[in-house]
Amino acid sequence: MDKIILEAQGITKRFPGVLALDKVDLRIYAGAVQALVGENGAGKSTLMNILSGVYTDYEGSLLMDGRPCRLSSALEARGAGIAIIHQELNLVPYMSVAENIFLGREAVSRSGLIDYRSMRRQASRLLSQLNFDIDPDTRVADLRVGQQQLVEIAKALSLQARVLIMDEPTSSLSEKEVQTLFEIIDRLKAQGTGIVYITHKMDEISRLADYVTVLRDGCLIGELPAAQLNTDDIVRMMVGRERSHFFVKQPHQKQAVRLQVDHLSLKDAAHPGKYILRDICFSVSAGEVLGIYGLMGAGRTELLETIFGLHPQQADYTMSVDGRAVQPRHPQEALDSGIALIPEDRKRDGLVLDLDITENMTLASLDRFLQHGLLQHSRENRTVDDYRERLAIKSYSRTQLCGQLSGGNQQKVVIARSLLTGPKVLLLDEPTRGIDIQAKNEIYQLIDRWAGQGMAIVLISSELPEIMAVSDRILTLSEGRITAGFQREEFSEETILKGVLPRE
Amino acid sequence: MKTNIRKWTSKPVVKPLLALILMVVAMSFLSENFATSDNFFNVLRQVSVNLCISVGMTMVILTGGIDLSVGSVLALSGAVAAGLVRGGISLPGADLFIGATFWGACLAALAVGAGLGAFNGLMITRFKVPPFVATLGMLTIARGLTMLYTGGFPITGLGSSFEFLGTGWLAGIPMPVWLAFLIILAFAFYMKKSKTGRYIYAIGGNERASLLSGIRVDRVKLWVYTLAGLLSAVAGLLVTARLDSAQPNGGSGYELDSIAAVVIGGTSLSGGRGSIWGTVVGALIIGVLNNGLVLLNVSPFWQQVVKGLVILGAVVMDKYSTKTN
Repeated sequence: MDKIILEAQGITKRFPGVLALDKVDLRIYAGAVQALVGENGAGKSTLMNILSGVYTDYEGSLLMDGRPCRLSSALEARGAGIAIIHQELNLVPYMSVAENIFLGREAVSRSGLIDYRSMRRQASRLLSQLNFDIDPDTRVADLRVGQQQLVEIAKALSLQARVLIMDEPTSSLSEKEVQTLFEIIDRLKAQGTGIVYITHKMDEISRLADYVTVLRDGCLIGELPAAQLNTDDIVRMMVGRERSHFFVKQPHQKQAVRLQVDHLSLKDAAHPGKYILRDICFSVSAGEVLGIYGLMGAGRTELLETIFGLHPQQADYTMSVDGRAVQPRHPQEALDSGIALIPEDRKRDGLVLDLDITENMTLASLDRFLQHGLLQHSRENRTVDDYRERLAIKSYSRTQLCGQLSGGNQQKVVIARSLLTGPKVLLLDEPTRGIDIQAKNEIYQLIDRWAGQGMAIVLISSELPEIMAVSDRILTLSEGRITAGFQREEFSEETILKGVLPRE
Repeated sequence: MKTNIRKWTSKPVVKPLLALILMVVAMSFLSENFATSDNFFNVLRQVSVNLCISVGMTMVILTGGIDLSVGSVLALSGAVAAGLVRGGISLPGADLFIGATFWGACLAALAVGAGLGAFNGLMITRFKVPPFVATLGMLTIARGLTMLYTGGFPITGLGSSFEFLGTGWLAGIPMPVWLAFLIILAFAFYMKKSKTGRYIYAIGGNERASLLSGIRVDRVKLWVYTLAGLLSAVAGLLVTARLDSAQPNGGSGYELDSIAAVVIGGTSLSGGRGSIWGTVVGALIIGVLNNGLVLLNVSPFWQQVVKGLVILGAVVMDKYSTKTN
């Protein structure tokens, strides 16, 4: 039995009207990874916020090395040797990488001024551990999401904590970066660090976990040694039922080409003379799901954005929808020609969190609800209720604010908004990022259904099993170019991965 | 029924409304001159100018912007209207003189207000100048233009139409109050029932998500600043008419009262949350406060201190209560 560093006993946490945690226990062992799993809303983040000193009013007790302790602030938790990597990034965008890593713990020289040289040196060392080759003076704002995540990880490593909590640390990392992170986790384990690893990804659990703790609806379902569990067991414990309807793709009839993109290039506005995308050609038929797989920074998001009319100044291409040439110069023109985009980051790009479900859902299609220039609220409400039901959006009312919904339900609101525009071509950018397994499955089934209805679908995903399960065809994108294409019967993890590795 | 009550009391406008009612009740006990119909209309007439400006300000702030130029725009449009009814336009080269009627002068003033507002909007959308800076520039520009146009002197003696607009009564209610009331109704309706109204909230809540939903964000912003300028011009006409003169220094500091009304009314300065009705209540609170402090013989210096504290108190209360929710 491993030695317990930190133990939570009988933790109960109430929010107004909600029992978020109900007598939950969690043990963190020295030199072991405790995987914490559960659907969205199961209480994982609440528990982590208690362990890291963010929430201080709860029932139950924390034992550090067997002695009761009460953490009254995040700073105190850090002092006690507990570090956390939040799922949402907590970086100051206009400060450098080094400044962010040592924020609040700046190295000070004898004169009392900040010792930038020493900070830079230490930062470089941490970053090279992560195989992350970047100048520590780079502004965080200039990094992509996945790179920022690496900075966040470096920051947590710099604390040399005894307990390290990671809340879905790989959600925006490339395959290679994930491997590096796993190696570091192995190293930390060998050094005796206790790790809590929150994830939705089953392959990560089988790769990393020594123990698995499952939460469901705020209750502890159980803690078991990982060796005794297989994926189906874990899923069953999470959802409380058999994984009976795991997604199986339906075969669809191949039909005429809906979206045709030719010689698409995108200039890099920040670096004149350079290109983000170069000479990209592809087509998607009605009823077809085209997966585009590539590492972070390959230009995946930019490709969809360009098609959606977000970069009219920098882009050069010809495109047609159902044989009609289109060249949108604004998202509105893209929507008018039947192209809809479901963006990658639903909180940043997708939703207006202060508006309610209704207002978010109809935002892109208000013209449908106008009569004599006036919004017809009753017609709007009917449509919204219809979609709430059709997409099974869990909510108590159509006037619930989107900020209060769980990730999966937020995503469904974004999806409904796109559907309401009546798209012929649907562009999906990481549609299942950070949502639970059940909601993921629902979204896969929706994608399949839309394809069956004749939409042409372009899907970006960094999860290989997902993109292989859902797509009819996969193109690999590397450094702004298409490097390979695979039909469904040719899909294999190795060949697809080979396609995305940058050529030296 | 029960859920209806809960829904209603959870609206952000309710708290300032209760504060207003409390203030009115308290004032009625403290001063015998407060709860009279004369004073009632007095307060409303004084508030009507701020109401007109603040309706525009609310829309601007809802998009996440700010308009500091409303006071100067008010002054310039008022001066243009006064100048036109007094002197008309003379085009020296063409040997032409166009006298302006009351309606012509009003129309010109509105055009000036809308034009300056559109200029603000253009700076903000086309040249990406932050709203604070763009409208700060306009604050100075419009004030300077007012000084140039008036030569630094008031323009007085504007005739009976202006007199009626400023001091007249219709169906037992003062004209400025009618005008403010109609503007409030029209814009509250506009915010609720028009596509643009919905877009205004969305842009303030999340500009990028709005863009990706196909909203022409720049056009909506341009339009909102134009409306703010237009409504400042309406306020300018009211001020000019009530004083029967256009003052070159008129409207100084009005932007602060207007922003205060919006904030007290529960609209978030970062945009996306709030309402015209909240602002109406906010403006009334400021109006009752001004009036009450005068009736209670509080020194003008203390009045400013109290007003500032009320603004801070309103925001602190709002922050505190949203947190506990």
